[in-house]
Amino acid sequence: MSDSSLPAAVAALRRLREDPHRLGHSGHGEGPAEGIGSGGTGPATKRVIVGYGFWLFLLSDIVMFACFFATFAVQRGATAGGPGLPQIVEVPRVAWETAALLLSSYTCGLSFAATNARSLLWTQVFLLITGLLGLAFVGMELQEFLSLFARGITPQRSGMLSAFFGLVGLHGLHVTLAGLWLLTMMAQVQVKGFRREIVHRLICFNLFWHALDIVWIGVFTIVYLMGSRA
Amino acid sequence: MFGKLNWSAIPFSQPIPIVTSIVLMLIIIGLLGLITVKGWWPYLWREWITSVDHKRVGIMYCLLGVVMLIRGFADAIMMRTQQAVAIHAPGYLPPEHYDQIFSAHGTIMIFFAAMPLVIGFMNFVTPLQLGVRDVAFPTLNSVSFWLTASGALLVNISLFIGEFARTGWLPYPPLSETAYSPGVGVDYYLWAVQISGVGTLMTGINFVTTVLKMRCPGMSLFRMPMFCWTTLAASLLIVAVFPILTATLAMLSLDRIFGWHYFTSGAGGNPMMFMNLIWAWGHPEVYILVLPAFGIFSEVFSTFSGKPLFGYRSMVAATLFICIVAMMTWLHHFFTMGSGPAVNTAFGISTSIIAVGTGVKIYNWIFTMYGGRVRLSVPMLWSLGFIFTFVIGGMTGVLLAVPPADFLVHNSMFLVAHFHNVIVGGVVFGLFAGLDYWFPKAFGFRLHEGWGKAAFWFSIVGFWVTFAPLYILGLYGMTRRLQHINMESWAPLLWLSEAGIVILILGAASQVTMLVVSILDRDKLRDTSGDPWDGRSLEWATPSPPPFFNFAVLPDVEGEEAYWGVKLKAIESQQLAPEPQYAAIEMPVNSPVGFFTAAFASVTGFALIWHIWWLAGLGLVAAFAGFVVFAWRDVHEFHVPAEEVAEAERRRRAAREALLEKLAAEGALS
Repeated sequence: MSDSSLPAAVAALRRLREDPHRLGHSGHGEGPAEGIGSGGTGPATKRVIVGYGFWLFLLSDIVMFACFFATFAVQRGATAGGPGLPQIVEVPRVAWETAALLLSSYTCGLSFAATNARSLLWTQVFLLITGLLGLAFVGMELQEFLSLFARGITPQRSGMLSAFFGLVGLHGLHVTLAGLWLLTMMAQVQVKGFRREIVHRLICFNLFWHALDIVWIGVFTIVYLMGSRA
Repeated sequence: MFGKLNWSAIPFSQPIPIVTSIVLMLIIIGLLGLITVKGWWPYLWREWITSVDHKRVGIMYCLLGVVMLIRGFADAIMMRTQQAVAIHAPGYLPPEHYDQIFSAHGTIMIFFAAMPLVIGFMNFVTPLQLGVRDVAFPTLNSVSFWLTASGALLVNISLFIGEFARTGWLPYPPLSETAYSPGVGVDYYLWAVQISGVGTLMTGINFVTTVLKMRCPGMSLFRMPMFCWTTLAASLLIVAVFPILTATLAMLSLDRIFGWHYFTSGAGGNPMMFMNLIWAWGHPEVYILVLPAFGIFSEVFSTFSGKPLFGYRSMVAATLFICIVAMMTWLHHFFTMGSGPAVNTAFGISTSIIAVGTGVKIYNWIFTMYGGRVRLSVPMLWSLGFIFTFVIGGMTGVLLAVPPADFLVHNSMFLVAHFHNVIVGGVVFGLFAGLDYWFPKAFGFRLHEGWGKAAFWFSIVGFWVTFAPLYILGLYGMTRRLQHINMESWAPLLWLSEAGIVILILGAASQVTMLVVSILDRDKLRDTSGDPWDGRSLEWATPSPPPFFNFAVLPDVEGEEAYWGVKLKAIESQQLAPEPQYAAIEMPVNSPVGFFTAAFASVTGFALIWHIWWLAGLGLVAAFAGFVVFAWRDVHEFHVPAEEVAEAERRRRAAREALLEKLAAEGALS
């Protein structure tokens, strides 16, 4: 018997013919097993696939933040004789930052409500407000960093400050990049309208913006609130 | 203007790297010249470089992996030779060069040989087995590949411009901090691995989405072939742990570039934090490599025993068990850190427990062969060699999992022998089995069997002759990474190990000969039926090579082993299933975005290594511009007309009918 003649399939069929019920071989017979589940109706829609993939990306991004949170937790006492957390944390300023970011999440949600209603004007208006609030957040954070630098409080000073600037800065970098993305989204919506893939991207952008808010809640609590009374 | 880069970066005074890189550059220039003279550029650009076809991307991944495997193997030969000659002698490699070689060997083998090959198989096989036409995000897939290639490029550039890390394949601080490694070696490592790591993360996201959201009708999770399950488990691990690698390397980069204190030995830095973070990625990483290899073995054992996989559901459970427990064992890489008996015990137990999942798999493979008609083809030989080799490697691993025993052999050649035992015996043997198994599917002809068997026997004998002496040397107390050896009594074992590497060279030569002979003899080895091994999963329902759209009509799966049931029915009734209605197919258009993204990433990475800030900024701006241009595209898909689909499908059906007629003529069932 040559190789191309399907030796295993022929042998299996022979055994099935000789012993159709495969007595003594139950559960491990030659006939194909049915398996569990019906398997649904085939590949999911583009919208589901895009959203699902983006959720996975968000989860991986949150794992990355988790590493920076863990590093901060390990190094929060490693001041090397330099300033401690209570000396660098200014809760009032951060409260304004938080307010701006949380409000931006609300307006971001409103922009998507407008997208669902296919209103170009209101989508753009709320995206613009979202962007401006994001800009205010990044601006205030930058101001905080610069005033700290002016007092000689830099990430090169101690392990604790490295972890502090690393974690807060990583979040700020995310918001900045999200802002760039927001600008390109506004341009795309304006020029191309609510085409299918544009709406998918708006969904992803919304998810990203809200996820950054959730991460900020962690930063605000663990770095600033808990740091102010350390 | 050019940061730290100047003419002294090129190692004119060191003959080995300079000669190697000149030879390499001549080969590359020769290849590019040949492509230009023959006018192959338009074809390469259209069909490969810009391709978003998962099969093409998979083949390119494998090609990259094979090339880098040879590069890493060359490093291995140099290391073993150095240790064989440097007994009470300086040997031929100065310490600073030898240190770069063992660092490059590990980095290349894990990141740029094993990972591309594993991901290459995931790419090529998974969508075919799931009965779909592409992965979830085809363009992203091409970006992933090119980012990996960009990382590989940076590692190779380090041979000629500057130097590579001397810190081992994981750059442990404080040694890897600027104070102790002021050169660019560690920076080459950081940016090469960082860029390819981002590509791998996107691959993970892509394949979790593909497996969970893109299966053909009727393909429930528990009807998927084992390889798809292992793809899913490995991809889940990638999504869970590659961000840790990204974060850790970013922190070390901040330390090195800006003088921060994450891992420094002073000013509140904490080097042990690096060990914890890097191994929280690093231990799952070995399962990311070995799980798909387990998937390949599962396919091979079942196909070549002519039986369904034994204990399919326990195999799924064992895979997911390993997937989860893989993230709970990282501390066994540094039992000697001094975490105390309670912590060490917990990780010793979790490490021993993970062997249970692997044990379940080993028994399942053995019972798959039991009562089957085993065909000893080349993929099956690799799989049998794997069981023998991997079980021994696993047992030495369980020995190392016992903290008091680990203290005795920590950082010794015993450890080196152990992890080569599981990675070569598990991952590399699996990849070679997979190469032989799926090669006819990818290229339409089989590989030469005789040379394949020669490669197997040389490799398994060579492996044991190389690494068995290292186990013994480790027990004698020889530590790893020694540039010269001052113990006369170790010489015979080191020479034996050198003899082993010579046998392994013969194995590698047999593989190359096998490829050349097979390509020359391709008409004789042609696979006309599309089902050369009498396979059981859906990839064997397509012609070899499959059309770019894989399936004319998405299959409707009715049970486990989707293709096996259909095939038995066709042979029994002597006819194929009735011809379906053909419709036009929507396929993604080619895109150069992956190639350009990787080009910008390479430039940016190179600029960051040498502190050429303006160039790094330029690269990032260009990458953002590329993103906007790509987002602006209007055409995402093109339609394959129904007639073209029908024509391809009728050719496939004709080949299958010829196979049925051949069976009838042989009187196989009468």
